[in-house]
Amino acid sequence: MGSQTRATTAPSGSPTSIKQGSKTRGGIGESTLRPDGTLKVTGEFAYSSDMWHEDMLWGYTLRSTTAHAEIRSIDTSEALATSGVYAVLTYDDLPTGMKNYGLEIQDTPVLAHGRVRHHGEPVAIVAADHPETARRAAAKIRIDYAELPVITDEASATAPGALLIHENRDDHHIGHVPHPNIVHRQPIVRGDAAAAAERADVIVSGDYVFGMQDQAFLGPESGLAVPAEDGGVDLYVATQWLHSDLRQIAPVLGLPEDKIRMTLSGVGGAFGGREDLSMQIHACLLALRTGKPVKIVYNRFESFFGHVHRHPAKLHYEHGATRDGKLTHMKCRIVLDGGAYASASPAVVGNAASLSAGPYVIEDVDIEAVALYTNNPPCGAMRGFGAVQACFAYEAQMDKLAAELDMDPVEFRRINAMEQGTLLPTGQSCDSPAPVAELLRLVKSRPLPPEQQWLAAGEQADVRALPGGLSNTTHGEGVVRGVGYAVGIKNVGFSEGFDDYSTARVRMEVINGEAVATVHTAMAEVGQGGVTVHAQIARTELGVSQVTIRPADTQVGSAGSTSASRQTYVTGGAVKHTCENVREKVLELGRVKFGTYHPAWATAELLLEGGKVVTDGGEVLADIVDVLENESVDLELEWRHRPTEPFDLRTGQGNGHVQYSFAAHRAVVEVDTELGLVKVIELAVAQDVGKALNPLSVLGQIQGGTTQGMGVAVMEEIIVDPKTAKVRNPSFTDYLIPTILDTPTIPVDVLELADEHAPYGLRGIGEAPTLSSTPAVLAAIRNATGLELNRTPVRPEHLTGT
Amino acid sequence: MRVNFTVNGRQQEADDVWEGESLLYVLRERMGLPGSKNACEQGECGSCTVRLDGVPVCSCLVAAGQVEGREVVTVEGLADYAKHREDAHPGTGCASGACGTTLDAAKRWEARPTDGRTGEAAELAPVQQAFIDAGAVQCGFCTPGLLVAADELLEQNASPSDADIREALSGNLCRCTGYEKILDAVRLAAARQEETV
Ligand code: FES
Ligand code: FES
Repeated sequence: MGSQTRATTAPSGSPTSIKQGSKTRGGIGESTLRPDGTLKVTGEFAYSSDMWHEDMLWGYTLRSTTAHAEIRSIDTSEALATSGVYAVLTYDDLPTGMKNYGLEIQDTPVLAHGRVRHHGEPVAIVAADHPETARRAAAKIRIDYAELPVITDEASATAPGALLIHENRDDHHIGHVPHPNIVHRQPIVRGDAAAAAERADVIVSGDYVFGMQDQAFLGPESGLAVPAEDGGVDLYVATQWLHSDLRQIAPVLGLPEDKIRMTLSGVGGAFGGREDLSMQIHACLLALRTGKPVKIVYNRFESFFGHVHRHPAKLHYEHGATRDGKLTHMKCRIVLDGGAYASASPAVVGNAASLSAGPYVIEDVDIEAVALYTNNPPCGAMRGFGAVQACFAYEAQMDKLAAELDMDPVEFRRINAMEQGTLLPTGQSCDSPAPVAELLRLVKSRPLPPEQQWLAAGEQADVRALPGGLSNTTHGEGVVRGVGYAVGIKNVGFSEGFDDYSTARVRMEVINGEAVATVHTAMAEVGQGGVTVHAQIARTELGVSQVTIRPADTQVGSAGSTSASRQTYVTGGAVKHTCENVREKVLELGRVKFGTYHPAWATAELLLEGGKVVTDGGEVLADIVDVLENESVDLELEWRHRPTEPFDLRTGQGNGHVQYSFAAHRAVVEVDTELGLVKVIELAVAQDVGKALNPLSVLGQIQGGTTQGMGVAVMEEIIVDPKTAKVRNPSFTDYLIPTILDTPTIPVDVLELADEHAPYGLRGIGEAPTLSSTPAVLAAIRNATGLELNRTPVRPEHLTGT
Repeated sequence: MRVNFTVNGRQQEADDVWEGESLLYVLRERMGLPGSKNACEQGECGSCTVRLDGVPVCSCLVAAGQVEGREVVTVEGLADYAKHREDAHPGTGCASGACGTTLDAAKRWEARPTDGRTGEAAELAPVQQAFIDAGAVQCGFCTPGLLVAADELLEQNASPSDADIREALSGNLCRCTGYEKILDAVRLAAARQEETV
């Protein structure tokens, strides 16, 4: 929006030029407004923590105060005797033999049994008539812990005699990992890195550390479980994937899936943090035990323990280049800390490995990525999913190489930038546009923000524009500016052979004299704007202006996860596909009814537009209302993107990804070198979105992702005590996310180069801007200070050497 | 304990309030006004911002007992409050008397462009409309608090500079938007306000 933003459109004739429905208002390509916007601004929108039921109880979770211990005994008698308490449940109360859950590996206990493996692990749950009663009762539960030594890093995890985090592993990764405390390992070997290194004129290497980031979505984990008369349960919850939750909940409860009816309630952000279960099973257990509705709402402290975080990582990289700036080879080793339970670690490993070379042409690579089991907090999905950590390191390497060669860092990247057709380290060819050099050119070509903006208004410095801001630490003295660039590559959708499908149900009928389409999917709207886009797709495909989006629930087939930048592609694809079939059915009805009146019914290509059946020449044949009359067309169909395949476990070769997404950033920072305070002045971004189905939402995603990447560069980190593995800062007082004062202006360039394999040519967009934002800021700080800086976040002590 | 206060222009009474209960809890769980959000309950995020006798406060940090006899405006009453800004007293609010969002109400929700509940029919404060139009709402969890804070800013300062907006909203976290569209929304509301003067 505004002058800040430029868009470059695809040449006509590409899949982004849409014929069907192009004359229907509110279709794709327009910045239509959110259908839930009014409810959200009036406070009426029902988030999961807003649910209320007469007679409901409040659930509360007791969590371990230690990171690693044997549980000798749990005494709940006093808690249970508290007035107002209806149930206190532990491991012993679980109804079936299935006592664990997990996305891929079922290693996460519903309630700890025998042992706790991380700080904050759920041990017992309480239901009471007031949240405070539940909390006080939980405090009366006595647990006898026998402390065990903590495993916190690779050395302690693989040391001789190290305790095994999971003593009886039987998952399918155990056969190929070098140690049972390693969740998964993915090597990628292509070409001959050692031989190629011989050709290098310069070789640079570096060790990088990426801190543990939190999704910090604002809407806390919460939901309401209501016991049903048929012995089942209705669950209203904020999640990213209803059907994945259901698949994990049902066996633990011992109920068939159709007796657990899940409905998505309002989701206050997710960013990967709701991919794993949190309170879902706990609320159901308490509801089924007490026979009453049970609401659980985590407070912020508990939220920091209630979801997995972004994997902290240690990365070692070596790159070589020739004098003329061509990359010769790359070797890297990426160690991700997965914490106590597997969560999404195996997939994060695959992503980190396969995207570890970045958007560059490097034929000879030697890559290894592993994820550890430790006693640190469990880590899993977060926006950028393994690609973020790698991007931080390889982009620092690019700057180092450019400096060694005395080249401009952007020029150095341009020389090595991948393009359509480039082979990735996995041997997969990138078969859609990869405008890496162009994205860099776009951010570089923007005029730089004026120097010393704090002086803009007059002689008096406006401290608000300076590092340290209103704390008045500097009036401009000791402030230096730096500029940094970065670019990244992210895969879109689920990879490595995963059957990544989605389902949509679309109904077309006449209501009050008007043709109306109803779209029903199980897609989790987490704020990204999927509901807006689905309505736009239905308008485009069905030529009607009235579209109703039904709330997501498990009464319709799975939509897959709202993650991996995949929902507009996959569920959007499913909505498109189902609408196309509904359209065909509508046209069939029309042919039967009106076919004899006009030859075009049989011969012409027909479209639905503006509520009418028209020929591609624009001739109106009928009103949709007259075609449908009292009939309705109703279809539920699945849709899949192109299949992918697993990476070879030894060589890492394989067509593992379906699509890639690219973004570039230029960061401008000012640093108060005396106090080590950083102010990000501007963070320009350019991204290829294939086709912007809703330009306004696209900008929101790009700016939001950029800000999360900036957060990890300068402030965000969950600090885990290396001696005790306890979390030190589980609060918004101590875990800082960017405020509006910390966040700079974020001008955006949007490219629309269609991917011919994707619906409308679109490209998943949610994650890519999170990748390059972090290294761009780091590069700018290095540029300002001349310091090496190899970890996130950068803290004042790193800048002042104190 | 019993607490009597005015919420969105309507006299309210809450019974059996515990000593430690916050204004936020009483609004959300006892008054049927879940619009003020519970993102941290530590006074750090601003999602729970309401006006207490006209002053924006984090309702999670206000003990319910402290509001005895005072006036509270929540996001639910914002449109009305904006309308009656000239009067000393805000108009009648919309406290429903039921608690939270009832399951039935939640179940009935559908994203329906023609539905009066989501569409043009609702009466909005200018700042609310601007948030929608500028794309400043994503997940929307931060929105109620931001709206209350932004509305107060515009009441105090009809044409705030970007620095003024940033300063006024620095107590409200948003994790989704990157704030750019929020700035757009406040600028838009200010511009529209100016047009109508
Ligand atoms: S909920 Fe009150 S400030 Fe966060
Ligand atoms: S829109 Fe989600 S927190 Fe602001």
